[in-house]
Amino acid sequence: MKTYADINRRIEAGRAVVMTAEEIIGYVEQKGATAAAAEVDVVTTATFGPMCSSGCVLNFGHSKPKIRMTEAWVEDVLVYTGLAAVDVYLGATQLRHNDPANMYYPGEFRYGGGHVIEDLVAGKELQLFALSYGTDEYPLRELRTYFTIQDLNQAIMVNPRNCYQNYNVAVNDSDRVLYTYMGRLDPNRRNANYCSAGQLSPLLNDPLYETIGVGTSVWLAGARGHVYAEGTQHAGACPRTEQDVPRGAAGTLALTGDMKRMRPEFVRGVSLTGYGVSLGLGVGVPIPILNERILKRTCVRDRDIQAPIVDYSSDYPNRSSRVLGYTDYETLKSGEIEIEGKRVVVGSLSSYARAREIAALLADEIRRGEFLLAEPQQRLPVDGRMKPLTIRPPAT
Amino acid sequence: MSTTVTKKLMLFFPRCECEKPIIYHLVKDYDLIVNVFRAKVTPEEEGYLVLDVTGTEANIEQALEFVRTFNVTVNYAGKGVAWDADRCTHCGHCVPHCPTAALHVADRGTMEVAFDEAKCIECLACIKVCPYGACSSAF
Ligand code: SF4
Ligand code: SF4
Repeated sequence: MKTYADINRRIEAGRAVVMTAEEIIGYVEQKGATAAAAEVDVVTTATFGPMCSSGCVLNFGHSKPKIRMTEAWVEDVLVYTGLAAVDVYLGATQLRHNDPANMYYPGEFRYGGGHVIEDLVAGKELQLFALSYGTDEYPLRELRTYFTIQDLNQAIMVNPRNCYQNYNVAVNDSDRVLYTYMGRLDPNRRNANYCSAGQLSPLLNDPLYETIGVGTSVWLAGARGHVYAEGTQHAGACPRTEQDVPRGAAGTLALTGDMKRMRPEFVRGVSLTGYGVSLGLGVGVPIPILNERILKRTCVRDRDIQAPIVDYSSDYPNRSSRVLGYTDYETLKSGEIEIEGKRVVVGSLSSYARAREIAALLADEIRRGEFLLAEPQQRLPVDGRMKPLTIRPPAT
Repeated sequence: MSTTVTKKLMLFFPRCECEKPIIYHLVKDYDLIVNVFRAKVTPEEEGYLVLDVTGTEANIEQALEFVRTFNVTVNYAGKGVAWDADRCTHCGHCVPHCPTAALHVADRGTMEVAFDEAKCIECLACIKVCPYGACSSAF
């Protein structure tokens, strides 16, 4: 048994034993769980993939004369101005002004919110255009200027939903190509796409949210960030395997972190043909090995993690709960799965290679004593289901 | 008999050289087997051509000498399609859509993606499916 304080003392002293969620599997097989639990302090987990529910709060400071922005665009991408005078929220999936979207189907969606966020973190100069109705103390009614992230007072990422615990494997049962947030799906189940880091993924290594909770320190694209709430659509109550690993989407995390400290290679604009724009984001989460039970959870392997295969031509859009079957991440990563006797080639949206890199980077930071763990102040709920939206007439 | 080799080339034809039957001469005069992947004439009447030529080293060399007399630029790297390793996130989305496995998972342990330029037939599928803009076309 160790406490967060014990582990942090060892980290500060540069003596912490840290392994990635991939390395720990073989280590525990070799050493046994009891010995490994006593020895290992932290297991690092990570993921990299499109995370649509991401965005950031920017504060521009005041112009002379001052403006209370009521509409604003960064690089022609609309930002939300329903906040104080020069605070805005920039969302990852916002399209650029005049983007034809799917008018000429499938749309290309070359640039949008996610790309602005990438350019900001990369230190590029960006254009701000803002309008206002003008008030006595904020008389300016129009403004066009240029800025970089260094000119801003704050650039704080605030992501309502990241790190889905597990996810669907998407296929297409129709006879035309589908363009979805799960990528391009060829007709008649010609390909399948998944999106999870599997055995490296944060919440799959802590399936019942024993260590990852509100207040947990995370590695957010290279910056030190935090879990600030349960993520939207967090639904802990879901079908689970005997090892408590969810067999579907389940938990999510709401994350925040300082964009001025992020690394551009882990903050990437995403263009999904026919679907829209998003943000590809890299997240690392350290798991403190407080006891043997927690350690065993981190030994989860790709073959132990199941994912539901879902048809995105009819079942998904119509909210049917039909699942075509289950597969596991070991099979998915082999590049081919079998569905009802037919072999289907597999692609993905999530980068396992990047997740490995992040888990290793975070492990190094912890070993060097640069990244301390934070004890969660509140646990994420293990009960709770996802509510649907009912389309209905007024109740009164 | 001398051994034959296959080379992938990208030829750039400046304005007004597009109408000359250069490929015909490659086959007829230099005994080359030609496999054209992609050809385009721009509105400015400049031309791009990406092709494989198979023949003896000597014949290929002489053929290219001949081609150059028309002011054609020969790019041996043959990069009509380029993959930017720095922009690639190794997500693997392109892999099932690449018909020749030019883009492929190089290591199923690390899931790193690699691009084998020689296998690329310039179908341009990856350009549309790559979410990160890692693949691009020279024309
Ligand atoms: S252009 Fe076609 S063949 Fe070449 S890498 Fe892209 S998908 Fe593969
Ligand atoms: S889709 Fe693009 S980013 Fe993903 S592996 Fe292929 S080239 Fe790399």
